[in-house]
Amino acid sequence: MERRDFVKSSALTAGAIALVGPRLSAAGSAQAGSTTATSMPAPPAVDAATRDLLMEALDAATGAGAGYADARVGLYRNRRIGTRERRVTNVSESDSLGLGVRAFVSGSWGFAATREMSREAAVRAGRKAAAIGAANARVERSLVTLAPVEPYGDVSWSSSYEIDPWDVPIGDKVQYLLDLNEVALGTQGVSFVSSELHFVKIETTSATTEGTIAAQRIIRVNPQMSITAVAPDRSDFQSRGAVLDPAGRGWEYIRDRMTPEAVEVWASEAVQKLSAAAVEPGPYDLVLHPSNLWLTIHESIGHPTELDRALGYEANYAGTSFLAPPSQVIGRTRYGPEFMQIVGERTSEGGLATIGWDEEGVKAQEWPLIENGIFVDYQTTREQVAWISDLTGIQRSHGCSHAQNWSSIPFQRMPNINLLPALEDVTLEDVIGATDRGIYVESRGSYSIDQQRYNFQFGGQVFWEIRGGKKTRMLRDLAYQARTLDFWNAMDMIGGAGTYYVGGSFYDGKGQPGQVNAVSHGCPVARFHQINILNTGRRRAG
Amino acid sequence: MRTIDRRSLLGLVRDAQGRAGPDRKGLTEQEARALADRILGLSGAEETQVRLASGWRANTRFAVNRVTTAGSSEDITASITARFGKRAASITTNRLAEDGLREAVRGAEELARLAPENPERLPLPGPQSYATVHGYFDSTAELDADRRAAVAASAIAEARGSGDLEAAGFLRPTAGSTTIANSAGVFAYHPGTQFEYSITARASDGSGSGWAGTGGRDWSEVEHEELSARAVEKAMRSRDPRPLEPGVYTAVLEPAAVSELVGLLTRSLSARSADEGRSAFSRKGGGTKIGEPIVDSRVTISSDPAALGAAPFAGAGGFGGAGSDDAGLPLKPTTWIDKGVLENLFYSRYWAQRQGVEPTGFPNTFIMQGEDRSLEDLVSSTERGVLVTRFWYIRAVDPRTILYTGLTRDGVFLIKDGRIAHPVNNFRWNDSPLAVLGKLEAMSRPVRVTPTREVPAIRTSEFTFSSVSEAI
Repeated sequence: MERRDFVKSSALTAGAIALVGPRLSAAGSAQAGSTTATSMPAPPAVDAATRDLLMEALDAATGAGAGYADARVGLYRNRRIGTRERRVTNVSESDSLGLGVRAFVSGSWGFAATREMSREAAVRAGRKAAAIGAANARVERSLVTLAPVEPYGDVSWSSSYEIDPWDVPIGDKVQYLLDLNEVALGTQGVSFVSSELHFVKIETTSATTEGTIAAQRIIRVNPQMSITAVAPDRSDFQSRGAVLDPAGRGWEYIRDRMTPEAVEVWASEAVQKLSAAAVEPGPYDLVLHPSNLWLTIHESIGHPTELDRALGYEANYAGTSFLAPPSQVIGRTRYGPEFMQIVGERTSEGGLATIGWDEEGVKAQEWPLIENGIFVDYQTTREQVAWISDLTGIQRSHGCSHAQNWSSIPFQRMPNINLLPALEDVTLEDVIGATDRGIYVESRGSYSIDQQRYNFQFGGQVFWEIRGGKKTRMLRDLAYQARTLDFWNAMDMIGGAGTYYVGGSFYDGKGQPGQVNAVSHGCPVARFHQINILNTGRRRAG
Repeated sequence: MRTIDRRSLLGLVRDAQGRAGPDRKGLTEQEARALADRILGLSGAEETQVRLASGWRANTRFAVNRVTTAGSSEDITASITARFGKRAASITTNRLAEDGLREAVRGAEELARLAPENPERLPLPGPQSYATVHGYFDSTAELDADRRAAVAASAIAEARGSGDLEAAGFLRPTAGSTTIANSAGVFAYHPGTQFEYSITARASDGSGSGWAGTGGRDWSEVEHEELSARAVEKAMRSRDPRPLEPGVYTAVLEPAAVSELVGLLTRSLSARSADEGRSAFSRKGGGTKIGEPIVDSRVTISSDPAALGAAPFAGAGGFGGAGSDDAGLPLKPTTWIDKGVLENLFYSRYWAQRQGVEPTGFPNTFIMQGEDRSLEDLVSSTERGVLVTRFWYIRAVDPRTILYTGLTRDGVFLIKDGRIAHPVNNFRWNDSPLAVLGKLEAMSRPVRVTPTREVPAIRTSEFTFSSVSEAI
């Protein structure tokens, strides 16, 4: 495509969405629990050769003593395109194909994986997984049991997307970024810009000895851009990053949101930050845009509600949870106000953790974690259900088993976790208008939280002072610091469905060896009463 | 599902996996050379670069006093970068049969032709010579499932034997080889092993937690029972912490904590960012702070692959992947901070050429020198201070001062009159390694903390604990 044509077509497609700004544009199509598929590509089918390998692996594992086994063949593809100012810094593609088998032997797990796609290798991996499980079972007789699951037979599923990113020529993608970089560099005061597109395509077929074999296709996109302004005397520099969030969608997600008009706004914000006023530390009413709030949900609700964490299974790395023991907290802990509804799900269209069936053949579902402000349930896999079923009355897994690739063992990972919007039509302007002395924050910044999820400190990208119900001047160098339950119980206002936005990350980390998990979090704008604000521009941030 | 490659694998690859001969994991030098030559031979690009990563990785996890998961996998990946002038692109694949390789090479060429020119691209480096580094140890490569389970069993027994403690831990060995080869004549090959081992002992009522851990290349150097005992003792002593107000305290930081702080400093050592005015090492008005004192005059931090058994060339891991112009350059010993003075910054080949200096490797392995005393000596010479075992969830707050925030974890104690008086609550901290090392009071002998890092414990006169964390 000629550069001129390219610019023309991107400007056309940008038009519709740019006027309302990129950050709010997702709201319409991303309501929690939305099931309207705008475009559902044909799901993949279970291929005979793959089925053959999986059955060999499962038979080998059960033949070597496994009471249960699951196996997956997966092709994991990544494409990355990176640019900086007027040049390309990275064009790379990776693919990895292999087979992993997990075997449950006398209550212990073993796992083995191979890159060899042969029957012999599948058999070796199945036997090895069972042998490792048996070695572990010798250390300690465990009492792990697996919750029942339905056999679904042959099933298939695909992410919803309009345009497979692999169908867009590399040259067009690179030019797309370079054109946007040019927009940023055309803004007075901007010195540097970097931009990156990361695409993921995962095609897996997984099988369990319970009788489910699922062929699934996942497409994800992650657009990134960081714009830096340097003061003329080099005494200061400020960046505007985290401009967009990743999603389980196709090229159209980038085309509609990463537009020249949006870049102009981000660039001007980077420049404005240089002359923004330093914040006076102290308590403020905090209005968080969903592009900032999603990460706070992830860290202070998502992680504490992982059941393996709460019971000590992640103690050596990711940590434990303040939300424990289950008998003391389920149905008892007040997390937040009466209007606070938090759901876990793997079903929302465009969600990063959205899937058809999990690694254990459990069908994707949606369930409440916090109901009317009260904590009611954790995230679970099949082996975890019995640990809390007496307390929840739930006898089935919530389907949270996930492995990052064929060579990694599946374990409990975070689903999409969302804060539901108010039923009334409350707008961002309504929330700001009702705030006398506050700070409004957009996009995620620095983030840190302790291993039991009590104490957190989060930054942002763009901060505005609110005085007398109006956005006044831009502020800088600030972070909010709070205790999890104090913070959520201080939530005193949330926006309606019109303010709902889905953020997320490709890089939710957990486990040893560390595995990443992609997860989305939808939420409306929300206000928090009298939260402690730090000035991070001072050397000792206080 | 894409068509699965069911054709027989490249002969040499099968040899590498199935051969009984010298029992090394990963491709041998001969096999790596043959595979690299095969790929370079398939390529029609003007320049081609290949990175091969091959080998075995295994792990065993335990928690709540039982082994929870364990597994192992073997893989060989080839990253192929094709270049036409200043256009370049990379493909990484583990499909090494003839058709898989052809597809990858062709794919890299196609992508490279489409990619716009990168004006900063330099021609690939030609033949180099490398120091020989011994980094492969059978003691690590032979940690099979039974041996790993035995380590876990011993840690669990130690925790059980000390009352109501629960052990959680992780042992992960890897063994294999890394190769960088290119069409201009580079061939760099390095076989290596690595391990990490850590244990957290927790009181089952959640009233205390202690951690110990290490990493390295030679498992036979590790006394894992001693580490378990240390974690267990720390968990016992840490029970029922007393409240301590946040504030600026004298702090004794154990090596695990120091390693994190120094890592924050070394990763900020980009010459380019400094020259461009967006780094803590930019000088106001232009240029860098090279030659200026930046921390206490006893601080010396350097990189030397040979000292830590690391690959002696760029591109083997971490920075400088297959696509970079730097892959295959020899890594020379480099001192970053010499007696408190900023001695060097990281110069990529491109930036070095532009600034008229020699390129350096990136400091992703480092050694910080210490002093001739033990951790216990540091404690016993402290009048009043806080002893910190390790940090958690460290994130950047302000790159202009390398200001970070994080938390303490798994053992924080108040030191009074040279003795550990009692456990205290965990803290969130906000501080900069420049400030912490600027207020250095004393150091211990350095110890190996990870396969790529060796640092001492330190005492600093000022460390900023900014708020309390109730986590235990």
